[in-house]
Amino acid sequence: MRELILALALLTAAPAWAQGASAPAQAAPLADDPALEARVYAVAEELRCLVCQNETIAASQADLAVDLRKQIRQKLAAGQSERQILDFMTERYGDFVLYRPPLKATTVALWVGPFALLGVAAAVLVINIRRRRAASATLSADDARRARDLLAEDPR
Amino acid sequence: MRRALLPLAIFLILAGFLAIGLNRDPREVPSPLVDKPAPMFSLPQLADTAAKLSPADLRGRVWLFNVWASWCVACRIEHPLLVDLARQGTVPLIGLNYKDQRADALAWLKQHGDPYKLSVADTEGLVGIDYGVYGVPETFVIDKYGVIRHKHIGPVTPEALRDEILPLVAKLEKEGA
Repeated sequence: MRELILALALLTAAPAWAQGASAPAQAAPLADDPALEARVYAVAEELRCLVCQNETIAASQADLAVDLRKQIRQKLAAGQSERQILDFMTERYGDFVLYRPPLKATTVALWVGPFALLGVAAAVLVINIRRRRAASATLSADDARRARDLLAEDPR
Repeated sequence: MRRALLPLAIFLILAGFLAIGLNRDPREVPSPLVDKPAPMFSLPQLADTAAKLSPADLRGRVWLFNVWASWCVACRIEHPLLVDLARQGTVPLIGLNYKDQRADALAWLKQHGDPYKLSVADTEGLVGIDYGVYGVPETFVIDKYGVIRHKHIGPVTPEALRDEILPLVAKLEKEGA
């Protein structure tokens, strides 16, 4: 699924890419090249800012985020792919910078955990419903007689 | 009876998770650079901008690489400790003056004391990015082969120095000797 999204992102990025390659290697100032800037932000959205950890590199105004956006801009302008840039960041800051970390031994709990919890909750629910149904289905002979008597007494 | 204990059990599990979770520092992100070769650079020295320094120049020595800046408030907390360490001369301390103005940096060292064998100036913060720096101060322990063996994030505390950094330095000094 992630591969599919990535492939789509790369496909849609291809025209802008061609432009980027012909652009000068020096970082263009903001808004000089809106297409490039959009791609910078698309990559920055994938990255966590380590200074204010609940923000993306795209949203954060921390100094480091500004510097990292500059890095992304330069690298895109130099013709690097999104994947290469994400790898560059992971090498330095670890999987923690990725908002969608890869599935590995260390991140299994992260990816599988919620579904496992959901499974446990569903199992508990099913067991409870079954138990309740079983409890309500069996009436002792005494209870059945009492119920019949009560129904017979119904004044209506 | 079993039912009555259930809320208690849930509470204990929750309390257990919180006790562990709240005592961990979410700002401490394990660095992927530990046990990897220290990223190369060649930067001008702070005191003598004509001279450069590269990690390759320090091959064969165990050294500490401390990221600091004059604008960094937390650096003031660890600084006396570093000055003390330099006085003992156990291990060479190299400074990475991160995103700073040269004049400010020199004035800061004059005011607070200069524990560094030398500092290099990373004005643009690019070397900082290569080292995965995200919160100054940070301290790296680099071994004789130029490999990062430990990273300390935030001000070095006396405990961290005594229990982690110095024992590691002593161990690394014995390597390949």
